[in-house]
Parts: sequence; structure tokens; C-alpha cells
Amino acid sequence: MHIVALVLIALAIATLISFMGDVTMYETIASAKQKPGKAVTLIAKMDKAQPFNYNPIKNPNYLEFTAIDTLGNSIEVVYHNTKPTDMEKSERLVLKGKVEDGKFECKDILLKCPSKYKDDANANAKNVSASVQ
Amino acid sequence: MKYNGEHLLWGEAGHFFAVLSFVASLVATISFFKSSRNNLLAEQQSWIKLARISFFIETACVFGIFGLMYFIISHHYHEYYYAWNHSSRSLEKKYLFASFWEGQEGSFMLWNVWHCVLGWILIWRSKKWEAPVLSVISFAQVCISTMLLGIYFFGWKTGSNPFALLRNELNAPVLFTNPDYLQFQKIYEGNDLNAALQNYWMVIHPPILFLGFASTVVPFAYAIAGLMKNDHSWVKAAIPWAAFTGAVLGTGVMMGAAWAYESLNFGGYWAWDPVENASLVPWLVMIGGLHTAIVYKNSGYSLKATYIFFILSFSLVLYETFLTRSGILGDTSVHAFTELDMSTQLICFVLIFFVPAMVLYFYRSKKIPSIHKEESSYSREFWMFIGALVLFLSSIIITAKTSVPVFNKIFGTKVAMPEDPVFSYNQVQVFIAIIIGVLTAITQYFKYKNTHKKVFLKKILPPTIIALIISLCISLIGNINYQIKGVGFMIAIHIAMFAAVYGLVANLAYLWIGLKGKMKSAGASVAHIGFALALMGILISSSRKTTLSENTTGIALLPKSKDYDPQENITLFKGVQTDMGRYDVTYAGDSVNNSNHKKYFELQFASKDGREKFNIYPDLIKNNKGAEGNSANPDNKHYWNRDIFVYVSAAQNGEQDDTSQYKPVAMKAGDSAFFSNGIIVLNKVEKNTDSLNKKLLPGEVGIGMNMTIISKDGMHYKAMPVVALKNDALRNIPDTIIAQSLVIRFNKLSDAGGGKIELGIKEDKSIQSIITLKVYLFPFINVLWIGIIIMVAGFIMSMVQRIRTGFKMAVSG
Repeated sequence: MHIVALVLIALAIATLISFMGDVTMYETIASAKQKPGKAVTLIAKMDKAQPFNYNPIKNPNYLEFTAIDTLGNSIEVVYHNTKPTDMEKSERLVLKGKVEDGKFECKDILLKCPSKYKDDANANAKNVSASVQ
Repeated sequence: MKYNGEHLLWGEAGHFFAVLSFVASLVATISFFKSSRNNLLAEQQSWIKLARISFFIETACVFGIFGLMYFIISHHYHEYYYAWNHSSRSLEKKYLFASFWEGQEGSFMLWNVWHCVLGWILIWRSKKWEAPVLSVISFAQVCISTMLLGIYFFGWKTGSNPFALLRNELNAPVLFTNPDYLQFQKIYEGNDLNAALQNYWMVIHPPILFLGFASTVVPFAYAIAGLMKNDHSWVKAAIPWAAFTGAVLGTGVMMGAAWAYESLNFGGYWAWDPVENASLVPWLVMIGGLHTAIVYKNSGYSLKATYIFFILSFSLVLYETFLTRSGILGDTSVHAFTELDMSTQLICFVLIFFVPAMVLYFYRSKKIPSIHKEESSYSREFWMFIGALVLFLSSIIITAKTSVPVFNKIFGTKVAMPEDPVFSYNQVQVFIAIIIGVLTAITQYFKYKNTHKKVFLKKILPPTIIALIISLCISLIGNINYQIKGVGFMIAIHIAMFAAVYGLVANLAYLWIGLKGKMKSAGASVAHIGFALALMGILISSSRKTTLSENTTGIALLPKSKDYDPQENITLFKGVQTDMGRYDVTYAGDSVNNSNHKKYFELQFASKDGREKFNIYPDLIKNNKGAEGNSANPDNKHYWNRDIFVYVSAAQNGEQDDTSQYKPVAMKAGDSAFFSNGIIVLNKVEKNTDSLNKKLLPGEVGIGMNMTIISKDGMHYKAMPVVALKNDALRNIPDTIIAQSLVIRFNKLSDAGGGKIELGIKEDKSIQSIITLKVYLFPFINVLWIGIIIMVAGFIMSMVQRIRTGFKMAVSG
């Protein structure tokens, strides 16, 4: 009885340790470039000054844009999926993927919009004030 | 300044109720506690009288707050921030309740209300346990009511007042220099309910889910009461409550999954999102506690585990409240609830229950009776305990993964989820599913204490063989070939399929072998049957989920990346039939419904064998509340054995004003002409051919211009504009090549003679409406939903049965 319980607990701990091996790290663009081929997570936003390439007619599964992080470093991102709606307006993009040949091969983009579900008080105030003045 | 049109009395009453409910629940806590600690019957009675009165006042206040809030929202008193921020005048009436619980305050109000309801049931039924149990629940009420105070204590704000005024909350000083600020359009109309939440699920899912969350407090309160009194006879009374949580929280969680499946664009029903995990984990632990409680009642084992599980289940509800409502999950969840900056208060809420409960547990743990003799491995209690432990470990693993952002905050690390977070959950939970599936199959065939080995083997053999045969059939002909994550994971899926089938068959058989068809006490078997079916549904629908929208258009695809290529999206032009697996799909049109901000797309599916034709209407909702763009809502075509699941991942409208003109070009057969993206060839002029006659009405004669359009990228398109003649009246039938935005029509016979024809060629951007689709096929998803319904029914059966036997014993004893 106790033995079975201990074995199961040991297995659970082993699982969590192996999970630690699978996790990625939040990196800056500069540090991600140092580790090509390694899965990382970046927090950045879209650099609107750079061209951005998405043409659903040609290929709905190809998106190319430049991401810039708070330190001012930038990298070209390739994402084989549709462009997330409102990506341009997002203040924060959480990108998972790896750097390959100087480009960021992205597997997953998570958007953080300032007022998607949130009751952002500032956004509300801006929104209302703009209509009053 | 005096503002016009405000209704301040209601809010003042509401805030008064909020403060009074805080005070009343505090008095109730103290009085219930005093009563539970007093040995003199008379004093006990007088304390409990005071406690019940306070609890009544508190309940009245809580319902008062609820009623006032609803009154304010439904009367559109937008001087109140909450009403303004979560509703609008144009909002459909049925969503007013949804506005109510869109915000944090509304959720806490809901929680409060359910605690009051559960409290009264306990006052009515729990007899000698009333005082200690209610003192714990009243204390929980004290904590929740602080969330609604919005009062500063020593510069520290507690909670957030749902009756706060717009002019105090909104930082727009210019606006509030005007005494008639309520008349401004944006204020008058309201900030509206989030468009993505304007959905019937939003009306029913939160109340059920919160009833589930609220109900976890009851077994917790019983456990604390037992520790305080050093009396462990409470377990029997808590079992039906644990089953109640199993039913209600289970329903709530799966309603969330059904909502995600039916109307959100997560691409399925479960994504291991932290917010989903947050509701699943307390359920898992409560189910563990339910099982150990039954073990204790029947064998005397597992009492300590029962304490731990019941304490943890409620504590985890509090912890997950902190996770989802403090904003700490910001970078890992697609949901982002309000950040009301209540993190500290929420952490306190967790610790104030968890820490004293654990201290009390360890203080008492020596006195908690436990049997030192090992259980026999041929006993039911042994395997039930193992099952409960596995559920608990599974929930620990899920919680640890979900808590990554918390670890980062505490230790300053920078750990992020693995590249494929969903698989990181699945690869572990599939083994949990295997163990649980097998345990639900075999455990009921053991008796408590000890089982004769031969009897057990004899009884378990037939269901085992049947399950093996069925699951082998599914494995062999079911075509489960999920190799994306490696062969090992695929084998695990096949074993899990066996475990699920085993659970189903063995429990069905047990209804006859073990219970001889006595359905009254079949709750456990029914719940296990439901669980096994749900597991089968999950395994089949996820491992055989196929993407119909694989890009087959042949429109210049870029090379796939080395190891990864979803290519799951396909672009459809309005009016152009597109090949999609076994269907041809046409984007026929779209329409906008202004009352619910939705734009519906009509997609005509026709199977290639010509047997069926149907339409699917996914839609896009225009975002509101200052957010631009759209959110997608999928639509499903349900069959008994599969669902076709479609959502619009992107849409582009053709230009609305069509100003381009027909450009005249004179051609004869064999001539070609240029257009901006290629050349147009007039092959021949057709008269009296089949393809031409199809386009003509009876009595008409006509000619068709058989043409080929070759675009720069080498694509060939056929076109045939037609001109028809009847009784000297000309009818022009232009042809459209949508992919090239091209319209061609017959103008006239050319003046220059020589058999030339003048054609009109127009390049028309307005026809180029396109949508990008994602289309999945989920096989046997109904097995999942049916399984959940059966499981919930099983919980309810077992709850009713246990309440009834408890009642009988009370009467006869």
C-alpha cells in the first residue's frame, strides 16, 4: 500500500522534473539570437515601421513581420498560420519558436490587447474623453 | 456640483447592504463559533439564535445587493460605473444577467449568493454540525464580502464597490464639468457587454460554475468542524455534498468546454488554458476526497487523506481565484480577467483558509484515528485509495504547470511554458487516464476488507475479455494513427482507449453481476460509465481530429518548414467553389445582423459523391469596448458520429464602391488581349452547343464567347460571356473570373467588320471578397457530451441514494 503510494508520488515528481527539462525560457531578442535552434519564448511587439507580409490570397498560412522588443532589438518573424486578428494593435506579443538562419520561426503567437477582455480604466477614459472633446 | 438625472439612492442603499453584509457575516461567524465551543445547551441555543438572525440579515443583504445591481443594470443607470461598463441600452434583454457577472464584482456577488443558499440548507439539515460548519462558511462570507466593500483601511483599499459612481471611477475630468454628462452619447448608451461574451452560454455557465465553486466550501467546513471538535463522524454527512460538487462543478467545467467548442475560436473544447485548469483541478481533488470519504465510511481507512483532500479542494478554488483574477497569468492565458489590483487581498484570501486549516490538521493529526494494518491488495479500499491518489497527483502536476508565472514572480526566474504546452499536458494526462480507466473498471469487483482471489478473477474475466476484443477492434479498424507526437504517444492512446472501453464494459457488467440490476444504488457505476464514455469521446475526437481545410487550392504555396507545417487555413473567394477533402465548399455570401454585431457567412458544403448538401454559417462579431477588429464564432454541422467545425480565421471585404468601367476590346477567334494580371484569349465563338444552351432561356438564341484567361502565375481559367436574343431584345450575360477580379461581357459586333466582336472587360475589385477558413472534423464528439451527462446523472443518483439512506438511519435510529 505505502509502497504503491510512494512509487506513484515518485513518478509524479519525476514527471515534474522532466517538465522542467521541456520548458522554454523567456529571452530577449538579442539572447535568442545567441541560441539558434533552441526553443524560446519572446515578448515583443510588431515593428510597424518595417514591411509586413501577409496575403491570404497567395497563402493564408504565411505571415512575415518584424518584431521589436523593449530593448530595441528586432528580428524577422515567420509564422505559418493566419495573421491573428488585431495583431497590429497589440501592445504585447508572446512568441514561441526558435531562431533559424537569423529568422524567428514562430509556432505560436499570443496577443495581449490592452482592452480585449479587460476593463482597462485608462482605455475607457481615453475612449470617452475623445468623444467629448 | 449638482448633476442632473442621477439616481444616487440605489447605490447608497447597495453600498449600505455591502457594509452590513460584512458586519452581519462577522457577527454570524463569531456567534456560530461561540455556539460550537459552548457546552451548556441553553447558551448554545442562545448563541445559535443570534447566529441565525445574523445569517438571515446577511442573506437579505446579499440578495439585496444582487437585486439592486440588477435593477441598476436593467434600468441603465449609467451614473454607476459597473452598469455603464458592462451593459448598454441596445443590449438584448437576455444578456442583462451576463452583464451582471461580466465583471469581477458580479462574480463575487454570485459566489456570495450561493454560499447563502448552501448555508440555509445546512442550517436546515446538518443538526449538531450546524454551529461549527456554519462558522466556517460565515467566515468565508466575511472574506468574500470584503471583496465588495471598496473601503480604505489605513490607506489599503479592500475590494471594489460595485456601486461606485462613474464620475469617481472614470478619469475624464472634462466630462464631469458638465452637469448633464449622462446625456453624452457614450455615457447614455453604455460601454456594452463584450461582444465575444454576448452568448447564451455566458448567461448559464457562470452561475452553474460558481455554484460548483461555492459548494466546495461545505466538505471543507465539515473537515474543519471535525478537526475543531475532534469528532470524525461528519464524513457520512459530507459525502453527498462531495457528490454534489462532482455533479455541479463537473457540469460547470464542461459547459465551459462546450462554450469554447461551440462559440469560441480556440479550435476545440479544451486547450489546457490556465483558466480551464483552474476549474478542473478543484474538481479532481474533490473527486479524490469523495472516494476516500467512501473508503473511510466503509472500512475505516483513508480518514487523513479525506481531510487533506477536502481542505485542498476549497483552498485550490481560492488559489485558482487568485491565479485567474490577479492578472498574473497575463502571458500564458488567452483569457485576461480584470486587473483590479486586488492581488494582495486575493493572496490573503487563500492563506487565511489554507494555513490555519493545515496547522489545525497537523495539530490534530496524531488524534485522527488511522488503521495501522496495511490494506489487503485484494480489497476495494486499497484500489479506491490508489485512484484518489492518482487524481490528486494529476491535479498537483496540472497546478504546478499552471503556476509557472507564480514561480517566476517569487523566484525571479524567466521560465515559460514548453513549445507545445498542450502536448506537455496531454503526454502526462494520457497515463493518468489509463490508470483511472482501469481502476474504475476493476475496483468495484473487489469487496471491502478482502476479496477471494478466485471469485474476483472469475467475475472480472468476462468483462476483461469483452473489453479487449472491443478495444482491439477500435484500434485495428478505427484508424487511430496519431503519429505527430511519436509512436510512444500513439501506443499510449491505444492503451488509454482500452482502459476507457474496459471502464465502460466492466461497469455496465457490474450493474448485473454486482448489483443485480438494482439501479437505486448504481450511482457509482453510472458515473463511471459516463466517465469512461467521456474518455472515449476525448480520445477519438482528438486523436482523429482531421483538418479539412488543408490548403489544396494550388495557389502558390511556400515550401513547408522543416518539422512543422500546419497549413490549416484555406482561402475562399466569394462565389468560387473550392476543393476541401470530401467536400466542395462555396462561400456564397454574407449578411450583417446589426442587433448582435454579427456578420454571418454562408458556406455551402456539397459532398463530392453528390449525396449531401448543407450550409454552415460561421460568423464574426465586431469587437466593442474600444477594441477594433473581429472575434470569430464557429459553426458546426452535427452528425450522430461526427461534427464538422468551421470558423473564419480572417475575412477581407471587397471594395465597396465599384467605379471601374468596361474597357472595350475588339477581338476575333484566336486573338488575345492583355489585362493587368495576364492575358485573355478568345478561343472561338460558340453557337448551339450544350454548354451554351444551358445558359439560355426557352425561345432564346445566342452566341457564347469561349475564352481562356491565363494569369501571370500560369493559372488557366475558363470563361464564357453570352449574348442572347429573343424577339429583337438582347440579353447580356457577363461572365466573372473572381480569382482575377475580372468581368467580361459582350458589347457589340465590331464596326470594323472582319468577324470581330467588341468585348467589355472590367477589372472589378469589389468582387474580391475573400475569407480564410479553418475547418476541422471531430469524430464521435457526441460520445464525450453524452458521457458527461451520464456521469453527472451518476453523481446525482449517488447523492440522492446517500441522503436517503442517511435519512432512513436517522429516523430508525
